[in-house]
Amino acid sequence: MHIGIYWLLLLASEDGELCLKSGKRFEFLEHTADVYIAAYGRTLEEAFANAAIATFEVMTDSDKIAQIVEDSVEIEAYDEKALLYTWLENLLINFETKGTLYSGFEISKIEKTPDGLRLKAKIRGEPFNPDKHPQKVGIKAVTYHRMEIDKKPGKVSIRFILDI
Amino acid sequence: MGEEKEYRGPPPKVPLEKISEFMWRIPQKYKRGMRVPGLVLADAELLEKMKTDRTLDQCANVAHLPGIYKYAITLPDGHEGYGFPIGGVAATDYEEGVVSPGGVGYDINCGVRLLTTNMSEADIRPKLVELTNAIFNNVPCGLGSRRKDFHVTFNELDRIAREGVPWLIEQGLGWKEDIEHCEERGHMEAADPNKVSSAAKNRGITQIGTLGSGNHFLEIQKVNKIYDPKVAKTFGITHEGQITVMIHCGSRGFGHQICSDYLRVMERAVHKYKIELPDRELACAPGNSDEAQDYYQAMACAVNYAFANRQAIAHWVRQSFEQVFKKPAETFDLKLVYDVAHNIAKIEDHKVNGETKKVWIHRKGATRAFPPNHEAVPADYRPVGQPVIIPGSMGTSSWLLVGTVKAMEVSFGSTAHGAGRMLSRAAAKRQFWGGDVKKTLESRGMVIRAASQVVLAEEADPAYKDVDKVAEVSDKLGIATRVVRLVPLAVVKG
Repeated sequence: MHIGIYWLLLLASEDGELCLKSGKRFEFLEHTADVYIAAYGRTLEEAFANAAIATFEVMTDSDKIAQIVEDSVEIEAYDEKALLYTWLENLLINFETKGTLYSGFEISKIEKTPDGLRLKAKIRGEPFNPDKHPQKVGIKAVTYHRMEIDKKPGKVSIRFILDI
Repeated sequence: MGEEKEYRGPPPKVPLEKISEFMWRIPQKYKRGMRVPGLVLADAELLEKMKTDRTLDQCANVAHLPGIYKYAITLPDGHEGYGFPIGGVAATDYEEGVVSPGGVGYDINCGVRLLTTNMSEADIRPKLVELTNAIFNNVPCGLGSRRKDFHVTFNELDRIAREGVPWLIEQGLGWKEDIEHCEERGHMEAADPNKVSSAAKNRGITQIGTLGSGNHFLEIQKVNKIYDPKVAKTFGITHEGQITVMIHCGSRGFGHQICSDYLRVMERAVHKYKIELPDRELACAPGNSDEAQDYYQAMACAVNYAFANRQAIAHWVRQSFEQVFKKPAETFDLKLVYDVAHNIAKIEDHKVNGETKKVWIHRKGATRAFPPNHEAVPADYRPVGQPVIIPGSMGTSSWLLVGTVKAMEVSFGSTAHGAGRMLSRAAAKRQFWGGDVKKTLESRGMVIRAASQVVLAEEADPAYKDVDKVAEVSDKLGIATRVVRLVPLAVVKG
């Protein structure tokens, strides 16, 4: 309880945090042609996980994705933006090649490597079933356009656009 | 990179000099790194819309590309994209210039094909619902959908990537004469599947022969108005009320992944070749570098994949007519008018200051619009010019235009490609509900079949600019002139 309150107070100062106060892990922002997402977290890992949920929310109702199957993801990239890009792209590839929708994202710590950064995660979901999972829009690609990663102690907010 | 914060808040005010009613110049001095001016082709109304987002600033950014000729061009339907605006053309020198995957976009060879029939509205009305259902069942659309009887091996995928439409026709998915009526005769020679990643192939193999979702669609249409009867007749359109079919889709995950893979390659190339750019998504490499050549050969695979994708879909449309009317498709004269790419890079010859130059043409949200007597135009159309197909948004009109000599002079043989969004998807969803959108369209006599209610709301036609205006401005500029206006009778959406 105390931790929860502390978290909210900590997050109450800047733009986007109204969403956190109301418990939102991500939100869809205005963009004319495509999907513009803001995702939040206490850590970079949490924000990346919430970005992943938002990505599946574009395609279906992520609440309706049960966590039955598990896959592993291990990716490397030279900076944080490239890591976010590669992370979300990897999830898209997993969806398109395995037909699995995901809703559980357990990211172990993002580590530094000699060439940049490494992310390891367990991702959980279930096969796409059009009778169970309402169809929204397919995603073509992740983009760097307007991508932002804003890190403050205990509060990370990221923004990105998906091409649909 | 540092450029991203400027995307917060209103777009920068970009200086414009009026050249004529439909032509505006962004002076080269606007940004220090600009190598040429920007040229915006729009009327005052379309220009006002461009000022509300970053279209014009992005046009100025494109003018930074090494080796760019004449000007960075934004077309009447221009809107904000990633790095490059959507609805634009950039030509760079074949030797000294750069190639940029962003100048083509993620959906490589997103394009349109148009089929004609010898039927009229009265012939089709009684069976319209049945026919639309047949097409909706036969053409996979929406998330994760595919045909159970159409699977390819990795070996066959490579053949599609290398050979495009001719390979599908060899397999029995089409008519031989379809080949002649595709841009590039349905395949680019440069394609080399060895330049395509396994991730792209894994995405591509499950999606060949699928429409996808978002703004992609398939429509049964009727000819609403003929503007140029002579040219229309050459294209196989003889009377108002004649039935046509339009297919709008691209290279699916195969092309998206190829773009994404090569953006990474190009980011490294930008450092390697010390190219200074105002935006990360303009990443590029010198045309004669391995990076650029590899991209071009991989891109050509996606181009061929997309042509083949539309060919397979057209084949299933013909089968749907056969199923419903119980006669062979030939009796309906379901001929391919043309298949054009909207997102593509090409090597072409163009006149620059009176001299013929070999250039890399980037068309992103742009349609090639070649004039009469150009050797790239199919022989039977050569006397009149290349067909240009501009799809509208769901439920609105679409257009058939024809390429002109003026397009060669003004816009490197190119014109607009569509309506261009006006409302964000979020705003569209707030204003419309899928069920209502369907009802409104149905009350206008249209049959609607969609895999997703959300897509219906997001693609509601007030969310788009007026495609009639875009076609009109193209016509008045003379970069492609109006031939036929088409209106939908039935819409199939992902």
